[in-house]
Amino acid sequence: MLRLDCLRVIYPEMQNCLVVTIMGATAAELHSLGHRQNFFYLQHAMGLASSTGLGLSLCLPDQKVVVFDGDGSLLMNLGSLSTMARYRPKNLLHVVFDNESLLSVGGFPTATSTGTDLEGIARAAGIPAVLSVRAVDDFRTAVKSALEGTQLTTIIAKVEAKGPAGYITDLSLVENRFQFRRYIQSLKRE
Amino acid sequence: MPVSLTSSKAIFNALKQCDIRLLSALPETWLVHLIRMADDDPEMTLVRLAKEEEGVGISAGAHFAGVKSGMLMQNHGFLASINGIVSFAHLYKIPLLMLISYRGTFGERDPWQTQGGNVTEALLRGMGIPYSFLDEIETVEKRIRQAQTLAESSLQPVALLLTRDLMWEE
Repeated sequence: MLRLDCLRVIYPEMQNCLVVTIMGATAAELHSLGHRQNFFYLQHAMGLASSTGLGLSLCLPDQKVVVFDGDGSLLMNLGSLSTMARYRPKNLLHVVFDNESLLSVGGFPTATSTGTDLEGIARAAGIPAVLSVRAVDDFRTAVKSALEGTQLTTIIAKVEAKGPAGYITDLSLVENRFQFRRYIQSLKRE
Repeated sequence: MPVSLTSSKAIFNALKQCDIRLLSALPETWLVHLIRMADDDPEMTLVRLAKEEEGVGISAGAHFAGVKSGMLMQNHGFLASINGIVSFAHLYKIPLLMLISYRGTFGERDPWQTQGGNVTEALLRGMGIPYSFLDEIETVEKRIRQAQTLAESSLQPVALLLTRDLMWEE
């Protein structure tokens, strides 16, 4: 399963969500499908995408928030699973693309390649709904059902360690950040 | 416990007056009253963290959402947050109001706290983070308001160091 195919099949569902991605390949692939003002790409600060999603979802309980995390990023901030589980916002969907690799920084294998089980960790941390998927159709079903549901959900999507040739897009980091905030403020005025 | 309840109340009230509605926190002795007040106040969202760096992401999310937030941490928690501050708050121009208990300075009895005090201000200066002190109850409200004003206008992290003189009664 390719991450890009996963992102492609759920791209339409992301239209009305606030989306936070991790750096590198994940950000570049989502951007390549078509940037939207409700997408924020956290191009550094590995581990904090999930914390950002938690802050957003706690402050905007009526808004669906989706985080596209990765195994390398999540392993840098496993405590975030326990913090998310503690507050378990119903409007937060946490997707972890697990390619068992630090692909964007040289492709070195992460601990999920030697048996660390992120699904087990997320469940034991207290995330109320956790599942792993290995096929694109199952991924689409899992995302749709989590977005329709009312439980904090972590989806571990096992994907191949493949990504785009480059990661730099034509969207400056600061422009993205101001656009994202302005988009959210415009929702509040509606 | 000789942590000053009066000073803690003054800090908490000043935060409320600045419209701060979310506080992230990791407990430490000097912060116990503040964290309890945040927990008891229905207008305040308290996010108890596993590690202080998470607070950078939480505050960024709150900022995007239009909610003013603050971070309660010990100076060792600030040390643990440095990458998040630089590679998120500085990189993306995110305002952070960091209230940092300044352990390991003159009067510190706990041997394990004594190294953090030596490096806190040097790191704040090295990182270009504007900072000031909360050291007298009379100036608490004004300093917090000024710090928050600068964070919001400059879109950057600012720090207030909570000193022993303010926080500890013995």
